Amino acid sequence: MSSIGTGYDLSASTFSPDGRVFQVEYAMKAVENSSTAIGIRCKDGVVFGVEKLVLSKLYEQGSNKRIFNVDRHVGMAVAGLLADARSLSEVAREEASNFRSNYGHNIPLKHLSERVAMYVHAYTLYSAVRPFGCSFILGSYDQDDGPQLYMVDPSGISYGYWGCAIGKAKQAAKTEIEKLQMKDMTCRELVKEVAKIIYIVHDEVKDKAFELELSWVGEVTNGKHELVPKDVREEAEKYAKDSLEEEDDSDEENM
Amino acid sequence: MERHYMDSKIKGVSTGVSNVNYVCSKTINKLIQVHDRIFCCIAGSLADAQAVTKTAKFQISLHSIQMESPPLVKAAASVMKELCYNNKEELQAGFITAGWDKKKGPQVYTVALGGMLLSLPFTIGGSGSTYIYGYTDAKYKPDMSREECLQFATNALALAMGRDNVSGGVAHLVVITEGGVEHVVIPGDKLPKFHDE
Repeated sequence: MSSIGTGYDLSASTFSPDGRVFQVEYAMKAVENSSTAIGIRCKDGVVFGVEKLVLSKLYEQGSNKRIFNVDRHVGMAVAGLLADARSLSEVAREEASNFRSNYGHNIPLKHLSERVAMYVHAYTLYSAVRPFGCSFILGSYDQDDGPQLYMVDPSGISYGYWGCAIGKAKQAAKTEIEKLQMKDMTCRELVKEVAKIIYIVHDEVKDKAFELELSWVGEVTNGKHELVPKDVREEAEKYAKDSLEEEDDSDEENM
Repeated sequence: MERHYMDSKIKGVSTGVSNVNYVCSKTINKLIQVHDRIFCCIAGSLADAQAVTKTAKFQISLHSIQMESPPLVKAAASVMKELCYNNKEELQAGFITAGWDKKKGPQVYTVALGGMLLSLPFTIGGSGSTYIYGYTDAKYKPDMSREECLQFATNALALAMGRDNVSGGVAHLVVITEGGVEHVVIPGDKLPKFHDE
């Protein structure tokens, strides 16, 4: 649904005659150019998976992380302009830190995502600044509220989800996510499914090499958000690669 | 002072206020309600204490609306603590914040003069408290019933009011439970009598 908003798209402070703010829509296009990130909430935690495209063999492995720690119990996976995302992760960190300083306990994720969404929204109001060109998924695990997953997009709205995807293959990823019964799964089972979905939506033709970034937070990590340990990640990647080969094999048999 | 028993809290204060030379009032309310199920006992400079609790009440109310749920007692106590600590040069007031919340049930927190925040099973404060440390340490037991708790608080207040020359007047107690808040007011002459009188 793209149309050229000639004349009405030069600043975020202008509406078009059909009621759209084109600068915000263009910001969302910037997110769609980036590689995919997904987040899924299960019964005892949240798992993030990011398809990190490796543009050069010279990159150090593990650099340009797209999953951030916002607080001990909160993680953030991003898609879009990485510099914008880094700046927003600092904003989220300050919000979480100030909340803890004022109120003595962990910030509830709904409140954090609303505060950061409010910040993102502020940049869609004025012509002097441009909207943030990134979407991000926030996930947390708490003893009392359980696992929570929220997504914020460049327009400044935040929604709660059981599973969501952002970036270039978000439609394909969403289809795969919908097939899962995440409410009945544990983090250990889900980590393998997340890896599989990233491998499925990765386009071998257009984008060559990629690194899979996986992180989780839940009962399995005692409420701490961290990158998935090496052995779990390798098991998940093996499961993903094997599932893809099986599907290729069964396709050949059908022929 | 306050203490908590199994599923609710009891706070009690005496009602005396004094200037340097005389007692200005024997009927002051020192139990301020900062939210539906959270009360603050105030001690020290009443002017400072009232100013702090008014500010805290506003902040806690806004916080509760933003969170879309009643505030945690810990959050209310933290708000008081931030105010006391950040303004410690100007203020001279101590607080006991106690109440009930869904997450941890009944809780007692003390916010001392400089802004120290502690969570305790029971605590006492104010000028008269110095006379009853021994009594409360000896007589407190965990998991008391509502009646035992009320008796404990009333006795402790009576003993303190009996010995401290600037405490006195009326004993004002508040019982906070999940279901609601109940005020118990005991005039000076109806307080239990001990050997000192």
